[in-house]
Amino acid sequence: MTPISRGADWDFDLLERYDSAIAGVAAEFGLDTYPNQVEVITSEQMLDAYASSGLPIGYPHWSYGKEFIRNEQAYRHGMQGLAYEIVINSDPCIAYLMEENTAATQALVIAHACYGHNSFFKGNHLFRQWTQADAILDYLVFARRYVMECEERHGAGAVEEVLDASHALMAHGVDRYRRPAAATLRAETARLAAREVHRERQFNDLWRTVPESPRDSAAPSQRCFPPDPQENVLYFVEKHSPKLEPWQRELVRIVRKLAQYFHPQAQTKVMNEGWATFWHYTIVNRLHEQGSVDDGFMLEFLKSHTNVVAQPAFDSKGYGGINPYALGFAMFADLKRVCEAPDAEDRAWFPGVAGSDWRATLDFAMRNFKDESFIAQYLSPRLMREFHLFAIADHSGEDALVVDSIHDERGYRRVRKLLAQQYAQESWVPDVQILRFDRDGDRSLTLRHQLRRGRPLTEAAAEVVAHLRRLWGFPVRLETHAAEGRVGAILECAA
Amino acid sequence: MVQLIDRRASSRGRSAVNRERFLRRYKLHIQQAVRKMVDERRLADMEQGGEVRVPKKDISEPSFGYGAGGDREFVLPGNREYVAGDRIPRPRGAGGGGVGEAGGAGDSEDAFVFSLSREEFLRIFFDDLELPHLARTQFGRTEQKRSVRAGFTKAGVPANLSIVRTLTQSLARRIALQGNLRREAQVLEASFGIATAAGQSVHAAGIYAELERVQRRRGTLPFIDDPDLRYRNRAWRPEPIARAVMFCLMDVSASMDEDKKDLAKRFFTLLHLFLTRKYAEVDLVFIRHTEDAEEVDEDAFFHDTRSGGTVVMSALELADKLRSARYAQDWNVYVAQASDGDAFGADPARSARFLREKLLAATRYYTYLELADPRSANRPSALWSEYERVAESADNFAMRRATGGDQIYPVFRELFRKDSTS
Repeated sequence: MTPISRGADWDFDLLERYDSAIAGVAAEFGLDTYPNQVEVITSEQMLDAYASSGLPIGYPHWSYGKEFIRNEQAYRHGMQGLAYEIVINSDPCIAYLMEENTAATQALVIAHACYGHNSFFKGNHLFRQWTQADAILDYLVFARRYVMECEERHGAGAVEEVLDASHALMAHGVDRYRRPAAATLRAETARLAAREVHRERQFNDLWRTVPESPRDSAAPSQRCFPPDPQENVLYFVEKHSPKLEPWQRELVRIVRKLAQYFHPQAQTKVMNEGWATFWHYTIVNRLHEQGSVDDGFMLEFLKSHTNVVAQPAFDSKGYGGINPYALGFAMFADLKRVCEAPDAEDRAWFPGVAGSDWRATLDFAMRNFKDESFIAQYLSPRLMREFHLFAIADHSGEDALVVDSIHDERGYRRVRKLLAQQYAQESWVPDVQILRFDRDGDRSLTLRHQLRRGRPLTEAAAEVVAHLRRLWGFPVRLETHAAEGRVGAILECAA
Repeated sequence: MVQLIDRRASSRGRSAVNRERFLRRYKLHIQQAVRKMVDERRLADMEQGGEVRVPKKDISEPSFGYGAGGDREFVLPGNREYVAGDRIPRPRGAGGGGVGEAGGAGDSEDAFVFSLSREEFLRIFFDDLELPHLARTQFGRTEQKRSVRAGFTKAGVPANLSIVRTLTQSLARRIALQGNLRREAQVLEASFGIATAAGQSVHAAGIYAELERVQRRRGTLPFIDDPDLRYRNRAWRPEPIARAVMFCLMDVSASMDEDKKDLAKRFFTLLHLFLTRKYAEVDLVFIRHTEDAEEVDEDAFFHDTRSGGTVVMSALELADKLRSARYAQDWNVYVAQASDGDAFGADPARSARFLREKLLAATRYYTYLELADPRSANRPSALWSEYERVAESADNFAMRRATGGDQIYPVFRELFRKDSTS
């Protein structure tokens, strides 16, 4: 087979030929994707896209301007390169390619975004559950138009106030668990009947003679609302705020919807990037085997690829945390190795996986995990050794940092558990929930911050409470509860 | 299968609106920064963009997050020498920060820094400021007349004859007038042919005579007739003069110390900046004076020291002389005078009279900045009192007092406020 192209130049024809070659290989490996839409943009437009979290359409807000200025500065001063692509979880799946890319890079990017990320968006359970790929673009158009209409009608300042406040609570505006579907009348009747039957069966006249405790009767249940703490603060504000106008509610809802849309992405950084990187690597290597790309292409490809999956050590200058591309790629590649050529250690650690069909195993992993569980499930001792992973304990009771465990026989499980926890949402979003809405009293709202391992909130908490106060319209309190149920610091914003 | 779209041409600068919103929201910070830039800058660099630092704290978008303290563990890559149980001294400064976390996080900066372009800088700098009395340009001396093309006329001198237009007209006329005759001739030719073929010679001769008459008429149509002539027309249109000259008058007598000169320097810079933005061409004339005035170059004006007494009159006279010699016509004349007002004797009164009677009439705008001593800020000088009377009667005259560097900018703003009437 002759190579699809030589040299760095590309045109739209060539992109199409690369795409069809890559699509062929992807089909061979059984990748299930949304249809693709590839858009070629300039670096300037890439900066624009950066500013709005990659979304093609956004409502106007100053924070996006700030983000734009920050990226532009970094780019102009050469402190930051631009991504080769941005890909959007939508149906059709939109991928932005930079015009500056060479032909080889464009092919790499098409494999990475249009087949790697795309299949992940379509397959992973979090994306399936929480995002509607076919509706997001329409919703963005609606959101933009709605916000702009509100600005015309109520003034940019009033809109900005609501958006600022909602943005502050964005991390607390997502549902992490599905709400139960509203019961149908038939199901509800059946449930009540079953309950009645159960009570009759359990009836014991003796209970009547037990004196009731006076405290119970003094606390009517309707005084406490909501009955259970609510973790989706924005949802609660949207539904129950006593003061918000309908249009303000809708704005809160827009921000909440966007937060929910991005929620799966934050949960699957390692998996998502790892999956895409694994597939661009696999696909391009296959193209090379076929002879569709020449050695020059491969050299350039490998240079880009190794740059992407480099993991600097914690004490080196370029260290910026664990590189999700590096870890994710290594994990998927390692998982494939465990399936194909397991050694004794792999058999001991992954008895169910070792020796199985790698495509089925990887597909299963992609569909059913998020970063936290994926690492807890699949990080192998071999990788921990390769990455030289070690855990450090930073405890307020100690005057120094302590090395908790390292990549040795005694430490594997501990390091893996800690790394997995590091990717859990709780490790970066503090547990703040709505505790009480004093509906019958002064309409104040009480939030509970459940102290986790003694880690306090930042000072910004006071500002967030002030923002919430603005949305709520009545006094807002934030109580910090220690583990033992003791109430600690209280932040209050009355006016 | 794949849909390829070339977006390169569309929707550039999508973030422009957001950037603009950002700038508007932090206008106060940016204005302060601009003011500071103006204070700190050398004159030559004044007209550039610049960096604005906004404290991170003011610009951050708050959210609930974990602060320092409490217990936590974190996993890092690249272990070389550590084994479980090793103790590592806590890095200083970063409360709960980990060993390597200070590295790439980049949170160490405490300010959000970004640059304003030159245009943005100037826009903020000149925010709300307008050229004084701009309305007067309609009838004032700023106008000059320029000859511009204004279509074509039917009368004119031969030099202005537009040949193309004239020939176009002639062609149209000839086509219009010949049309009927040509058709007539064709009909006659046809019937002549029929008549000759039929052998009706008498009838044919009659037709032939008629045909000849028609042909003759066709031949007599003039190639160019008087109504065809078109001449290029020109009209005089008044245009605002795009040139300005700025006279900088500064007192360099002994009582003007370095601080005051520095203030004056800024004042002139600001006016110059303002004029370069308004006019295509701005000339600068530097006149320094002690007892007598002399014209110097910019460098000498700001950096050479001289000493002596003060006679303001000399500078005014020199300015007027230079104006009538070099800038008598088609120039907008601006005068900026900086002095500590330390004139004595008859000089203040004479200067004020000269100003009122001579110089002001030829000037678009005259600004006087009195660099007061901070110690005697409340006591107006002799010159100030005389000038105050000028200000009452003239509306293109403005005067202010300043004592410190931070006052220069507000002074300037007041002088050139959009609706300035003082």
